Amino acid sequence: MSVLLSVSGVSKHFGGFTALSNINLEVKAGERLGLIGPNGSGKTTLINCVSGALKNYAGSITFKNENLNGLAPHQRTRRGIARSFQIPRPFHSMTPVENLAVPLEYVTYRGVAHKHDIVGEAESILRDMGLGDKMHASCAGLSQVELRKLELARAMAARPALLISDEAMAGLSHAEVDEVLGILFKLSKTGITIIMIEHIMHAIMRFSERVICLDAGQLIAEGAPTEIVKNPEVRRAYLGA
Amino acid sequence: MTNTATKSLGGNNTIFVAGCAAVILAAMALMAGVNSDYVFNASFVVLQFVVLASAWNILGGYAGYVNFGTSAFFALGGYTALFTIKMFDAPLLVQILAAACVTGLLGLGIGLISLRLRGIFFSIGTVAVAIILETVILNTDYLGGAKGLQMMRPESAWPFGSYDKLLFFVMILMAITAVSIGRYIENSWIGRGLRAIKDNEEAAECAGVPTLKLKLIATVVSGALMGAAGAPLVMYMRFIEPVSAFSLNYSVSALAMPIIGGTSSWIGPIIGSLLLGSVQQIVTVTISSELNVLIVGVLLVFFVVVAPDGILGLVRKLRSKSAGGQRGSGASGGAK
Repeated sequence: MSVLLSVSGVSKHFGGFTALSNINLEVKAGERLGLIGPNGSGKTTLINCVSGALKNYAGSITFKNENLNGLAPHQRTRRGIARSFQIPRPFHSMTPVENLAVPLEYVTYRGVAHKHDIVGEAESILRDMGLGDKMHASCAGLSQVELRKLELARAMAARPALLISDEAMAGLSHAEVDEVLGILFKLSKTGITIIMIEHIMHAIMRFSERVICLDAGQLIAEGAPTEIVKNPEVRRAYLGA
Repeated sequence: MTNTATKSLGGNNTIFVAGCAAVILAAMALMAGVNSDYVFNASFVVLQFVVLASAWNILGGYAGYVNFGTSAFFALGGYTALFTIKMFDAPLLVQILAAACVTGLLGLGIGLISLRLRGIFFSIGTVAVAIILETVILNTDYLGGAKGLQMMRPESAWPFGSYDKLLFFVMILMAITAVSIGRYIENSWIGRGLRAIKDNEEAAECAGVPTLKLKLIATVVSGALMGAAGAPLVMYMRFIEPVSAFSLNYSVSALAMPIIGGTSSWIGPIIGSLLLGSVQQIVTVTISSELNVLIVGVLLVFFVVVAPDGILGLVRKLRSKSAGGQRGSGASGGAK
């Protein structure tokens, strides 16, 4: 598998606080990568650097062999990086279909949207995500799990090569976690590379082919899920053993 | 292939075009049947507010960036018209186009400097621009400085009979243009991008929306329309001076009218400006022109507190309530 994303020597400081310190990692095309770590370990900061939400980080991030430094988030999305947010951020004045129309018009069919059935495609993605009955409803009426699905659906509408799922299962019931996991497995089967940030360990262990653990802005462990849970540093920093 | 997206995400163009044609025909009938200058003067002012409110709504309503500097664009449009008259004896159409170009560029400049700012900081920036521009005009003798300048209207107003009618008709066309542009933006990819920015700018960026570019487009278009609305001011008043041209009333009204009508749709600014503009005109004649700003203020506070989504939001709420009530009674009827 070829390297899709490469993070080299990335550090990020907020004033005197070091959120990330010299992070190096590679993600291969089609891989399912789990990113774990205690609160404040730098997981979201790292994906904010990758997605472009945070600028002025030290080091370099390359995607499909292109250096992303200096690119705005929308330019990174157009290159194939999509993300969902930890706290769902739907465009609440729009229906789910209109929410998906935004990336469809701005990324997938940029400049040629008038030649495509944007609504039809948005509806199809929403049906795949299990939101078939809420497609034209108000976002205000969506439940937590539906909002998480909408986040994933909107990310998928940009047809990404890399999907970053930021705690898409936080606060969900066991059955809902299984439902979202099922969606992510389905997406992975289509060839999309997925980075999953999650605190729900059984979900991370089931989903990930490889897991990376951050603590206090540093990468402390990397390996297969079975190795990671046995890693003494991970157990000390994260698993509380 | 006809695009389904346009069908269900956009509006009905036929009804809109028919409505515009009806407005033009009604205006022509009014010009043919009425000879009172007051009617055309008052209508001119109300229509001017339709343009200003529609222009303000493009940036403030759709993108959520509140522009407190409408008077800067409006007055600069008026002064650009004055400049073209003095320099080239330019006809009204050229005055309007020049004003739109200059204020569009002002919008671009303000956007480049201040659109990286969010929320209140952007709004403060627009107020600062109005103050700076007024100071510049106050100290520019060529444009009349603090004393202002008196201008003569052209003798010919063919085929309208009077210059008041000509200005009224020009403003009708400008109002239709402003509303059409607002409506096009609202129903297009630009409008959806702007709404996404208003809802959540970071999520919009991550959904591929070039937020800065869209905000710049909105500032330029909005600024150009505001300037165009100000261009006929010189010929309407036959006089221009900085204090009244940069009056706070323009900034407050341009903001209050869409908020009162409803910022989510192009219809909102029309409702707000027709309602508020007409009330202002009636109060000016029957009570006092000084009460205008007070009325705007009171109505603005009332709507912000009671109906933050404006008259449109209120109507939608009532509709959904009655639809819910009907469903409820239908369901209970079924249960029986």
